[in-house]
Amino acid sequence: MSWGVNWKASVGLLGVGIKYLAVTMLVPLVVAVAYGEDIWVFLVSMALVAAIGFAVERTDPDPDLGPREALLFVSLAWLAAAVIGTIPYLLAGYGTASTVGLQTGSFGALVGSIVNALFESMSGFTTTGATVLGEISTDRHSHALMMWRQLTQWLGGMGIIVLMIAILPEVAVNGAQLMESEAPGPELQKLTPKIAETARALWLIYFGFTVVYIAILYGLHLLGMAPNMDLFNAVAHGFTTLPTGGFSPEADSIAAFSAAVQWVVIPFMVIAGINFALFWHVLRGEAEIMLENAEFRFYAGSIAVVTAVLAVLLFRGAAPAIELGGATQGVTENSLRQAAFQIGSLLNSTGYATADFAQWDTHAQILLLFAMFIGGSAGSTGGGVKVVRWLIVGKAIRRELFTSAHPDVVRPVRLSGRVVDEDAIRGIMAFTMLYVVLFALSAVFLGLDAARIGIQLSVLEAISASLATLGNIGPGFGRLGPFGSYLFFPDTSKLLMVFLMWVGRLEIVPVLAVFISAMDSR
Amino acid sequence: MHVVIIGAGEVGTSIAASLASDHEVVVVDIDPDRAEQLKYELDVLTIAGDGTTSEIQSAADAGRADMVIACTDNDQTNLVACGTAKTLGDGFTIARVKSTEYLRTWQGNEGAFGVDFMVCTDLLTAENIVRVIGLPAAIDVDPFASGLVQMAEFEIGPESPVAGQTVSEADRFESLTFVGLFRDGEMTIPRGDTDIEAGDRAVVIGSPESVQAFATDIAPETTPGQADEIVIVGGSEIGYQTARLLEERNLKSRLIERDADRARWLAEQLPNTVVMEHDATDTEFLSREHVDDADIVVTALGSDEQNLLVSVLAKRIGADRVIAVVDSPDYVTVFEEIGIDIAINPRTVTAEEITRFTYESVAENIAVLENDQAEVLELELTEGCALVGRPISDIVSEIDARFVIGAITRDHKLVTPRGDTVLEPGDHIILLVDSDSVGEITAMA
Repeated sequence: MSWGVNWKASVGLLGVGIKYLAVTMLVPLVVAVAYGEDIWVFLVSMALVAAIGFAVERTDPDPDLGPREALLFVSLAWLAAAVIGTIPYLLAGYGTASTVGLQTGSFGALVGSIVNALFESMSGFTTTGATVLGEISTDRHSHALMMWRQLTQWLGGMGIIVLMIAILPEVAVNGAQLMESEAPGPELQKLTPKIAETARALWLIYFGFTVVYIAILYGLHLLGMAPNMDLFNAVAHGFTTLPTGGFSPEADSIAAFSAAVQWVVIPFMVIAGINFALFWHVLRGEAEIMLENAEFRFYAGSIAVVTAVLAVLLFRGAAPAIELGGATQGVTENSLRQAAFQIGSLLNSTGYATADFAQWDTHAQILLLFAMFIGGSAGSTGGGVKVVRWLIVGKAIRRELFTSAHPDVVRPVRLSGRVVDEDAIRGIMAFTMLYVVLFALSAVFLGLDAARIGIQLSVLEAISASLATLGNIGPGFGRLGPFGSYLFFPDTSKLLMVFLMWVGRLEIVPVLAVFISAMDSR
Repeated sequence: MHVVIIGAGEVGTSIAASLASDHEVVVVDIDPDRAEQLKYELDVLTIAGDGTTSEIQSAADAGRADMVIACTDNDQTNLVACGTAKTLGDGFTIARVKSTEYLRTWQGNEGAFGVDFMVCTDLLTAENIVRVIGLPAAIDVDPFASGLVQMAEFEIGPESPVAGQTVSEADRFESLTFVGLFRDGEMTIPRGDTDIEAGDRAVVIGSPESVQAFATDIAPETTPGQADEIVIVGGSEIGYQTARLLEERNLKSRLIERDADRARWLAEQLPNTVVMEHDATDTEFLSREHVDDADIVVTALGSDEQNLLVSVLAKRIGADRVIAVVDSPDYVTVFEEIGIDIAINPRTVTAEEITRFTYESVAENIAVLENDQAEVLELELTEGCALVGRPISDIVSEIDARFVIGAITRDHKLVTPRGDTVLEPGDHIILLVDSDSVGEITAMA
């Protein structure tokens, strides 16, 4: 079973990554110490993860990756991170009523608990933000575990592979191929001659934004403008905003905080959906590169337009009068804030909420569904199809229409004045088609699978479940709303959604390419 | 002046011919037969051999040469020849190239490759085409005094309002001078009472605006200054450069290229040009894409035969004006006789450009008219030369050479010459001169 791939090399390198994942567990450990909570959960987890890492590393101590091995490695790395990430959930919840804790009562309960933990962990690393955690509160779960849940999103945001390239010299050798497979968007932008420096620059920008954001949030708390935003919450939300994650340790998400906090969160969510390479140019004093970038302009433009439309809908009463976000009908500030927040959150796949949009009128929900399809920018932390792909698909279609009337005209597709390669266009067309097909088939499967155990999904629920997991968005509509849960789905559906989050984060291609190459060489 | 010319092709021969009478010319060509033949055609010394080697260049006494002109058909040969010449002596080196890439490199660092002046055939030709397109009614247009002054040659059509008028009636523009009139291929110096007949070709010198206004006057039916529909046939370097220059002037064109890869490349380089991939000799295609409605068709295909075919085809289906690139100078008249409006020969264009450098520092710019019957020169007048300090009418009556001063620029301002205008040192004069009198006039400046 060679598959034409030197799988040992991929797995060997995986061990290196897993080893370092143990180090990241220091963060929840510190939280556990600070809150006087049980420190054994994370000590044992760390030991276990490190042991697994060293064991896996032994399969190939000196890994050498070719292009296929790189694809396999990237696919496996994200799966492994999700699997490893379940350990704290399972250990912490063992013997309690936690939905993600290890249950040993029966075989069915055992499987169910592991699937739940895997769902939560994959949702974290892929920055989806869909949850099966029954009750979200620091009373039911320890602060340390909640911080782990937030941290997984921060690690997954800029990409665990990019992080590995930035800090591990043995990974940096094959860095360009790896980053290409992981980075969101159709093409890899090398900012510096050395890929490790590019990775470091991206992580530094990401880190810098996170620090500034946490400081502002905590500053608001100190100024008395955000009573609930204590240091724990500031850090916890700092970990999930820039990676377009969406997890919150508060059951009410951002609705638990003051309007001032909500206004601060909006720009940072928008920033998270912008190509981070553009910030690199801005830092070097080349702000015009950002302003002239077609994707950035389209991204900013679509947020502005959709927000404006939604604000008008809310102002005219598309939301029920009494609910968490407060009344919007006839209230300008709240209409604008709710519209900007929900669009800033859903368009680039963050998944926070300040209102239960699952209870809004259908026409407003359809608008949100449309926004979910757009996605973030290439090179951002956002999910979805990505703005640049839609732009190129749109331009390619316009060209097709033009050339049907003028069959002899040769017209390259241009983006920001640069010619887009025909191979890239074909790849983008195939990706977009694949995305839509996978989304549609999954929606059908989820509907049928739920009916199998006697649950009727509404059309909007089935569609949004599929889209919210494949696009790494998080919340859907109906029972899957921002304050709802994915807990009621059968295990098979949850596993499908784990798969969707996985392939959605890696933009489908690496995972499917590994499968296809395996089947072809048989 | 000792001049070494490397390459005895059409360009080299044409340059040698115009220099042979006044200068000491050595022509080097790799083909012994060609060298032998030229020895009898022109009063020059010929050497057979590889002009890039120092051995042959020494034999041609290139070390002592005032000017070395490398004008073979091969870019690299010309560049190496100039480099070699620079190691032997300090003559002024001129290289003819086809590739605009070499020109760009050279422009970034003048003196690169040991080349003092570089003439890019294809770019030069494209610039000529674009000038002609910019003035639709003109047959030939050349800028002088860094664009302050324009020379233009027009053919007077039968329905032109000026046909039948006298020169003084037609010349209603303050800053425009009628300098020459060609009738049946013969040049006359026009006077105020000279009649203008249909079929005449008129040469005027003046400010670009007045030339533009004059063009509108004599050919009102053509859109002034701008042709709306321009079709370029053939994505050769000339075709590409033409489209690029048109883009720079905000004129949109359509470019037809047969080869798929080349068409793709062109489309990538030219964002504001519609590039079509098709065989331009397909009449069905031409009418489907409404090439028959085109105001201007430029043919810039690889061979004269193809250009001839497409030009005739374009003319036949009803294109207003057809400009053809003609590789062989012998065919220029053939093209024009069968009704192609303008035939542009890249070699003539190149020879003109190089020749202007051989008038030492005196003549700064030159245009050759009507198969070398007359030339338009730009001269900078030096202190104490024979032309300064006297009214123009005095000079004209004194010299029996045939010439007309068309424009004067003084301190970068245009001065319209009149009989009583006194020339001053430092003036640039733009004048039309009979080819036989060129040496005499330049000697006076």
